[in-house]
Amino acid sequence: MKKKNRLIVRTVILAIVFIAVGYTFYTNFFANESGIVQAGDQAPNFILTDLEGNEVELEDYRGKGVFLNFWATYCEPCKDEMPAMDKKYKEYKDKGVEILAVNVSEPKLTAESFVDRYKLSFPVLLDKSNDVTNHYGVGPIPVTFLIDKDGQVIRKTQASLSEEVIDDYMKQIQP
Amino acid sequence: MSDKNITCECGHINPYGTEICEVCGKPLQGDSESNKLLNMRYEGSARRSQTYKTTIIDKIWNFFSSVKVGIWIIVLLLVASAVGTIFPQEMYIPPLSDPTVYYEEQYGILGQLYFDLGFHNLYGSWWYMLLIAALGLSLIVASLDRFVPLYRALKKQRVVRHESFMKRQKYFGITELVNNKAELSTVKEVLQKKRYNVKEEDGHLFAEKNRFSRWGPYVNHIGLILFLIGGMLRFFPGMYVDEVLWLREGETEKIKGTEEAYYLQSDGFILETYDNNDAKFKDAIEASGQEAVAKNYQTDAVLYKQVGERIAGTDPELEKIKEHPIQVNKPLKFDGYAIYQVDYKLNELQSMTFTMDNKETDKPVGELTVNLYNPEKEYELNDGYRVEVMDYFPDFEFNDKGEPTTKSKVPNNPAFILNMISPEHPDGEVAFVAIKQNLEPLGENDYKMSFQNVDTKNVSGLVVRKDNTLWILAIGGAIFMIGVIQGMYWNHRRIWVLRKDNEIWLACHTNKNWYGLKRELESVTDQTGLHMPLDQSEQK
Repeated sequence: MKKKNRLIVRTVILAIVFIAVGYTFYTNFFANESGIVQAGDQAPNFILTDLEGNEVELEDYRGKGVFLNFWATYCEPCKDEMPAMDKKYKEYKDKGVEILAVNVSEPKLTAESFVDRYKLSFPVLLDKSNDVTNHYGVGPIPVTFLIDKDGQVIRKTQASLSEEVIDDYMKQIQP
Repeated sequence: MSDKNITCECGHINPYGTEICEVCGKPLQGDSESNKLLNMRYEGSARRSQTYKTTIIDKIWNFFSSVKVGIWIIVLLLVASAVGTIFPQEMYIPPLSDPTVYYEEQYGILGQLYFDLGFHNLYGSWWYMLLIAALGLSLIVASLDRFVPLYRALKKQRVVRHESFMKRQKYFGITELVNNKAELSTVKEVLQKKRYNVKEEDGHLFAEKNRFSRWGPYVNHIGLILFLIGGMLRFFPGMYVDEVLWLREGETEKIKGTEEAYYLQSDGFILETYDNNDAKFKDAIEASGQEAVAKNYQTDAVLYKQVGERIAGTDPELEKIKEHPIQVNKPLKFDGYAIYQVDYKLNELQSMTFTMDNKETDKPVGELTVNLYNPEKEYELNDGYRVEVMDYFPDFEFNDKGEPTTKSKVPNNPAFILNMISPEHPDGEVAFVAIKQNLEPLGENDYKMSFQNVDTKNVSGLVVRKDNTLWILAIGGAIFMIGVIQGMYWNHRRIWVLRKDNEIWLACHTNKNWYGLKRELESVTDQTGLHMPLDQSEQK
């Protein structure tokens, strides 16, 4: 009896310690920081204005794939992927894939003249106060979220993308 | 009951591993006739069961029960913690430097090694935290494995102890007497005056005091474990927040770490200095060797709370909670959070004012002020004069390809490409305007932009703090100290007096401070005529 009780007590104490330590390790090393959007999550809705002053709401794009890109003019890798994005945008626009390029809190003028210079045709949204950028937990840019027709994030990437990769990604979210 | 248990001749059944019978004190290990002094540590109780080594649970338990293992964990932690101080941790290197190159640049090959081994983030590394966890487990297991048997042994001890237990105490003496009855009652009286708890049984005496001092180390360990739990709770959601918030004058920002519930607005940052001409401070300021000595750093802040739900990207609906001047050590406190004044930047560029001048007459034809955070596309001047902003680079530089570009979105070095439209030039003349630069990339112009002045704003560096673990750290720390005091300032002292025919046997034990016990014993022998017991460890 005594022997059995001792084993139970030991097991319970060890279990409590292991669970507590395990949870701490999980939150510290494995779990997403709260508020960071990852693959598998539902993409949080947002409303931003584009360069023409129209309000754009993410939820209005349900049924379409959304290639959600965060960029700025001071970010060279962001600039590098822009021409390829524009090319693929023209190709996939009619196949139900939309690009939304969120400019990370730069003045409208800076974004606008950049878009003119690069002759970009996809909508560029202005995140004046970094609100959406922070909401999506975007740190260093460029960051691209691939959102499928149901509004689910199927991939998050933090690299400057080549034309082939963009093509492959567009296929993945094509409805 | 396990058949490995040891039955003493007094009839008590002791757990396996017991060295001294819990009840009568008869030595159970080795030769009972030996005269060697007894090891009284943990009362000779079975502090670690050797019986149940079969399951994995018992194996883990026995591993962490070992003091040797515990000390190794502490040594490893000490060495690791020391290594973490050789070079600065990642969070203390200059904010914008890249750690992959910083360590090598600053500290050479050793720095590179330091970075490669992950020592730049040592205190948050998985293996350091694992060591801390092992220390916590070792504290719990080793304490339980010692406290429980010790408690049992001290609770079960009897007045009358086995002869060989008496003989093998450090202090032991025999007195031959004619009338021992009277002597014993004096012994009892003297000891009771010394606040001993004296028990009598068949003419034998057992005096004990300050047994609670033996629990000191275990109380201390409880405090330590609470402390570790407090440290662990920081990683639990909502328990701990430590965020930096840069706030520009006039702006309203979301307060990080508050789950988007609160916003802070700055109505201004103030840096006050002591008056250099004030007789009261003059000498001290001169002695300090500084041009000015700061008196006050203050952010006039307004706290707002968000009302209702909000979709990201839209403006929040805010409700004003309070206004508060945040000064050093006078934080803005709300809902468990505190916002501290920690840093500032003065005179950050906010807007620039130019005039458009006719080069020939050197007269201005109009003036414009450009907001560097959000310039307009076009500035209308008088009489058909107009300036179009063709491009704007807040932090201007030329990139690798020789194109004009911006390094960041902060207007540290603003540059514009402007198109100046005048009645003479309805299509405009292009000018490149930056700080101390005025280029005419498309040929000679008739008009030019002249810089007039800048408007600047101050930026407050604030820290948002919340620590819901402080109370548990405080309780842990207090219990830790209570344990230390309990164990250090009192000693557990015991005196056994055995009447055997016409002899009186006297033996005593304390867990520390033998000198104090000896003095108490001397006052007993002085008043009774008993022989002072001898220190047997010195007789060799």
